[in-house]
Amino acid sequence: MQWARPIGNRSGRGVIISPELGHVALIIALCLALLQSSIPLLGSYLGVQRWMRLAHSLAIGHLVFVGIAFGCLVTAFMLDDFSLRYVVDNSNRSLPTHFKFSAVWSAHEGSLLLWALVLAAWGAGVAIFSRSLPLVFSARALSVLAMIAVGFGLFMLLTSNPFERTLPFPPENGSDLNPLLQDIGLIIHPPMLYMGYVGLSVPFAFAIAALLGGQFDSAWARWCRPWINVAWVFLTLGITLGSWWAYYELGWGGWWFWDPVENASFMPWLVATALMHSVAATEKRGVFRSWTLLLAIFAFSLSLLGTFLVRSGVLTSVHAFASDPERGLFILIFLSLVIGASLLLFALRGPAMNSKSAYTGAAREVMILTNNFILVAAMAMILIGTLYPLVADALQLGKISVGPPYFNFFFVPLSLVLMACLGIAASSRWRHTAVDVVAIRALIPMVLSLLLGALLPIPLGIWFSAAEYSIIAALTLAAVFWVVIMSLQDVRLKAQSVPLTRLPAGYWGMLCAHCGLALCALGVGLSSAYDSQRDMRMELGDVVEVAGYTFEFSGLNETQESNYRATRGLIAVSQGGRPIATLTPEKRHYQSGGQVMTEAAIDAGLTRDLFVALGEPLSGNSWAIRVQVKPFVRCIWLGGLMMGIGGLIAVADKRYRRRKKIPSMKRNRLVEPALEVFK
Amino acid sequence: MHAIRKQRLQWVIFTLVASSTAIGLVVYTLGQNINYFYTPSQIARGEAPLGVPVRAGGMVVRGSLVRDSESLDVAFDVSDGVAQLRVEYSGILPDLFGEGQAAIVAGVVDADAILQATEVLAKHDENYMPPEVADAMGEAYRQSIGSGGDY
Repeated sequence: MQWARPIGNRSGRGVIISPELGHVALIIALCLALLQSSIPLLGSYLGVQRWMRLAHSLAIGHLVFVGIAFGCLVTAFMLDDFSLRYVVDNSNRSLPTHFKFSAVWSAHEGSLLLWALVLAAWGAGVAIFSRSLPLVFSARALSVLAMIAVGFGLFMLLTSNPFERTLPFPPENGSDLNPLLQDIGLIIHPPMLYMGYVGLSVPFAFAIAALLGGQFDSAWARWCRPWINVAWVFLTLGITLGSWWAYYELGWGGWWFWDPVENASFMPWLVATALMHSVAATEKRGVFRSWTLLLAIFAFSLSLLGTFLVRSGVLTSVHAFASDPERGLFILIFLSLVIGASLLLFALRGPAMNSKSAYTGAAREVMILTNNFILVAAMAMILIGTLYPLVADALQLGKISVGPPYFNFFFVPLSLVLMACLGIAASSRWRHTAVDVVAIRALIPMVLSLLLGALLPIPLGIWFSAAEYSIIAALTLAAVFWVVIMSLQDVRLKAQSVPLTRLPAGYWGMLCAHCGLALCALGVGLSSAYDSQRDMRMELGDVVEVAGYTFEFSGLNETQESNYRATRGLIAVSQGGRPIATLTPEKRHYQSGGQVMTEAAIDAGLTRDLFVALGEPLSGNSWAIRVQVKPFVRCIWLGGLMMGIGGLIAVADKRYRRRKKIPSMKRNRLVEPALEVFK
Repeated sequence: MHAIRKQRLQWVIFTLVASSTAIGLVVYTLGQNINYFYTPSQIARGEAPLGVPVRAGGMVVRGSLVRDSESLDVAFDVSDGVAQLRVEYSGILPDLFGEGQAAIVAGVVDADAILQATEVLAKHDENYMPPEVADAMGEAYRQSIGSGGDY
């Protein structure tokens, strides 16, 4: 990469070509996106095939140029090019190489570039994998994706250009990456989350294309499903990673704070989950068509809202690193344009796509409707709790914040109801499921799960030295066993009629994701019920007992790493005299910027985490120390991972990979009788 | 009435009841769980309700931090440039907490106008000031200019 090398001496006023190349590449990418957003769309109305076909090559060209721009920024970070303002603000010569790489998306400008890159990648993905779709449809969908790319391209170039220079006097060294972000979790968390966020633009584009063309049938739903699933998988994994990162890096042992930024990623997830279910009903039975379209629009709108909340600096939050009213205004206008235009289109075209199809009793359609109702209700209450402080501030009603009890008050009962319904849904069939049949089938699992839920908290309480019987644990356990037992019973029933190997991948994926949800709920419920935490003053040699574990503050030493100096505590943990682990929590002092950071030490286990963090030095050899025993906390993230894997298994289903050429704009019924048996 | 119309009416009534219940619950729960932000000046003037969870913020006054030698009890003052607010807290302070730095505290104001904090938040990087604190200092500054003319 000869062009990327700085010309002249590196430490001085070097003129470096690479950032200019990146800047130009961004402008070219914007131009390509402008073409892609107009020509194929025009072509689709005028019936010019060549114009429509242009969309595919433009989408790939767009990816190439955004890729070049991203590569240039990465190069600038790798070569410590401090003539770039963004590199100065977020990097440092002594930063380890892998963190220089992740620093690319650690702040506003770079994360937008990552956003744009991910969007371009999804666009190119659609261009490559949409060969079997009608040309008119794929051309329109690609045009819609390009419109979003134009919005973000303009945003980047006009308000947040990552290639802004510090010339003519570049500093000798950068001010370093925020130490909180110097972590493996942050290398993968944002790209994952963005893949999910931006991935929701694909069902959105498909929905708009369907509204424009008036074609919205089972075939449409089938094209959409794998895309929705993949975006959902990324979003699930991204949120899970974020929660895990917060747990060990930020949170002093907390894993979810109902922080506005967390909510911003959780709301699209809830709607995407609802969408994933309703589109299944649309595909299989042709029902809920308008509703599915609306969900697709809302899911992406909430992603944009999330971007607005995080990137405009309107929030008091960890993530609100920059605040710039101009940027906020731009995203707000873009947001209202996208939501306004798509809802207007929906209002004009949506109701015409209504469907009439009968379903009765506890049919799967009814269960999916219930699922959607609960998920959307949960999203709505999170939305209110997140936006209310902003609205109140704008209306001069005072500066307020909404506390976690508000969110828990709604979310906990809603999730329990959701899981109760999930159990029944597992054994429901499309079109008609008699309520009494379900009742008979559900009887034994219900009794069993209620019994287990009522009894298990007793040994658990003794194990984790809880003072009293935990009702939260009982409810959680009952719900978890209910979901798992009902799912397994359904597998058993299916096994009576067909060999298990013949069941489609989609079915196994669903089963895996549902059990993942149960596992996640188990972690949430039990870690909240049996968590023990103590903050105390400890001197060298002090011993403390928490939930049956003995923690001894046995030593203290100093270490020096490449870009920080750390004080390391040694805490020996034992249980009944048997040593379990030696934990080494650290207090780090970063040299550039002088930031102090706590690095907790965790002894991880499936049934419990032992968590120790150094607070602050008090006097002599005594420190403020936090000690926590967190039962089953790891199940939260394992459950999230399992949900993600379930989603991937479902994508692997054979029927999505059938490359049958579908005649353009012809409605067709793509119902396979063989599969109908299982669904 | 027509059977279909009757069914529709039932749906409408159900939707109305369900949504108004939901709205009522949301409004009630929000009312229970929102914390208002007050500046040290406002608390000094007695504008903040006593015994109710509130938030406050400002710069931690240099030299005001006092640690108890036996426990994790700590006390410090926050200031918006005009008035000072005494804060008492028991626990671990955040990493970026420091004298001369911005902090936000959540807790209850007691009868002696001391804020008994349950949570202390500091900024998350060295260049960032919480918008509330920035506004509070600006507001206090404007008021001190304004009142300066009167006295």
